[in-house]
Amino acid sequence: MAMLARNLGRTLVQGLQTSASRSIQTTAAVNSDPGTHGGNRTTCTLIPGDGVGPELVYALQEVFKAANVPVDFESYFLSEVNPVLSAKLEDVVASIQKNKVCIKGILATPDYSVCGELQTLNMKLRNELDLYANVVHVRSLPGVKTRHQDIDTVIIREQTEGEYSALEHESVPGIVECLKIITAKKSMRIAKFAFDYATKNNRKKVTAVHKANIMKLGDGLFLRSCEQMAKLYPRIQFEKMIVDNTTMQMVSHPHQFDVMVTPNLYGNIVDNLASGLVGGAGVVAGASYSAETVVFEPGARHTFAEAVGKNVANPTAMFLCGTKMLRHINLPSYSDMINNALHTVLKDGKVRTKDLGGQSTTQDFTRAVIANIH
Amino acid sequence: MAARLIQKILKSIGINVSRETNALPSSGIKVSTTPACGRSYSSGVRKVTLIPGDGIGPEISAAVQKIFTAANVPIEWEAVDVTPVRGPDGMFGIPQAAIDSVNTNKIGLKGPLMTPVGKGHRSLNLALRKEFNLYANVRPCRSLEGYKTLYDNVDVVTIRENTEGEYSGIEHEIVDGVVQSIKLITEEASKRVAEYAFQYAKNNNRKKVTVVHKANIMRMSDGLFLRCVRDMANNYPEIKFEEKYLDTVCLNMVQDPNKYDVLVMPNLYGDILSDMCAGLVGGLGLTPSGNMGLNGALFESVHGTAPDIAGKDLANPTALLLSAVMMLRHMELNSHADKIEQACFAVIKEGKYLTGDLGGKAKCSEFTNEICSKL
Repeated sequence: MAMLARNLGRTLVQGLQTSASRSIQTTAAVNSDPGTHGGNRTTCTLIPGDGVGPELVYALQEVFKAANVPVDFESYFLSEVNPVLSAKLEDVVASIQKNKVCIKGILATPDYSVCGELQTLNMKLRNELDLYANVVHVRSLPGVKTRHQDIDTVIIREQTEGEYSALEHESVPGIVECLKIITAKKSMRIAKFAFDYATKNNRKKVTAVHKANIMKLGDGLFLRSCEQMAKLYPRIQFEKMIVDNTTMQMVSHPHQFDVMVTPNLYGNIVDNLASGLVGGAGVVAGASYSAETVVFEPGARHTFAEAVGKNVANPTAMFLCGTKMLRHINLPSYSDMINNALHTVLKDGKVRTKDLGGQSTTQDFTRAVIANIH
Repeated sequence: MAARLIQKILKSIGINVSRETNALPSSGIKVSTTPACGRSYSSGVRKVTLIPGDGIGPEISAAVQKIFTAANVPIEWEAVDVTPVRGPDGMFGIPQAAIDSVNTNKIGLKGPLMTPVGKGHRSLNLALRKEFNLYANVRPCRSLEGYKTLYDNVDVVTIRENTEGEYSGIEHEIVDGVVQSIKLITEEASKRVAEYAFQYAKNNNRKKVTVVHKANIMRMSDGLFLRCVRDMANNYPEIKFEEKYLDTVCLNMVQDPNKYDVLVMPNLYGDILSDMCAGLVGGLGLTPSGNMGLNGALFESVHGTAPDIAGKDLANPTALLLSAVMMLRHMELNSHADKIEQACFAVIKEGKYLTGDLGGKAKCSEFTNEICSKL
């Protein structure tokens, strides 16, 4: 019965969505007028996500509008906690495949699924698009007070296998086993990505994070793949570090890290830890790459659900995603324009959101950034 | 309802029905979380097994012994060697004498052990853990006055499930280049560590227990762990309970470590978080560690053997000393524990006799003597 009602609800809502042509959108950036801008506009898929995601992407759209950025958004509400309103995964995937770029808020993942499914929507999206490499560039921002200064680390995380394989079963009641899958192919692929990234961005060192002393075969395979790949890049220093030591070094001496390459779960840990060092989830941007597409999303994945509607979330991470996206689609002048405005506001420190010790709202901050767009 | 009625009737006719018979099977496992055994208390002097370890181990063990003697702690040390010997089955393992010693004494103190790489025998630490069923690893991390780090007022305790999870050691290569590692979570072990965590919080006047998990990703395995802790929380209404994702804890811990109190988690997460917390207060040289087991308890310093400074009288014995203090508390020798701990903190606070790792110039023996004089 409930199932039926849900399905009915979904079809109704989807019907409405298509007919109202994405009524969630409120900015002109979407209802763009092709006449005034001419051609050469880029379409970008937009997934607002859960929690404060919609507020943040709205702020981003406002900024894009103010900067007159020639980007149109194709918005899909995708959500696991709100299945009735959620768009179909196939549609979202098709859109991203068509547009090749996407900006995404954070999708909340509940601890259980209504139908007992083990894969989360996030995993499905990543697997469908084969978004294998997650890159989070953790950098100290001007005007953001933290314990450590001048952190500049890139964390590259494999995100299609490992602990996130969703292969679990209860052999007998009370005994659960969970499989962690590591393959040579995907390990090589991420290692190559990391070394290529380091080469392209003039980085000196790649650190592989592992726990091969305990998981001798699994993490051992990952480590061996990285070692093999390292031999092909003699100009880049290679180093390996056990994950627990990595976290300890990270909180005490974060400057020793340059580029880090990690399996799935450790990447999640190190990403968040590093984000904490530079000011929290609100100020770090990330991107997930497949061979074809790029999805830009905040680096530390927190929906910040407790702040929904309170207008207090920090949109910096989302703005940084936006600037990265613009750089990616070869609009560097727009990217710099927004980036400079953002840095000016952060540096001035007059308008700060709560997470950075201020009292300003998301809206205030967005307005301040817009006011500084020249 | 009916059962109670029958019980009442039976009682009225003089038959006493114990409720325990009903209660036992439902609780399933029996865990002893109260401080060690309590049998040999009356005798005064108690025996404790000492495993000095490798590298700097012997020096720092000697330092601890010296301080204990100066403080008149009623303990007799029984030093054993755990250098692996070839057993009757041809495998290298811990000598039987060492196993017997810990089994009789039930309490041990252990310095750092070196695990020889690639010599065909498994980690001695792991072997000890298995041998004594050490199911919970407790690592309190507290900022030390006098040793300044970037993080102030850290005071968290990590309690880590120590027998299963990612460390199950079950792995295989299915086809060439595809490995699966099995993370094993059982209800029994999860309940056991959950109960220990809450009991620890209660015994040590802690306010809050946080379960750290990743049940949004590993819905069944971490889900089971989470459920076990959640159930246990109901038995301890006086202690605040919260559930947090591993990534959230990592993020918040480096921003504001005061948010957390006691943390309980599966094996790997505990490994990572406990080292991270140690990083907040100044490294593994300053944090004690205790392993609680079914067959006894083993306290240890978790830092390495530091072969480069071994034998040079330069090592810092603080971690082992604080572990020994934890051991005294476990044995309910609280006054001795407090005395030694205060002396140690006082010396570090004064900052006159700090070892090299804390930025001082003192030798291990000078540091030790200073603590002895403060007792």
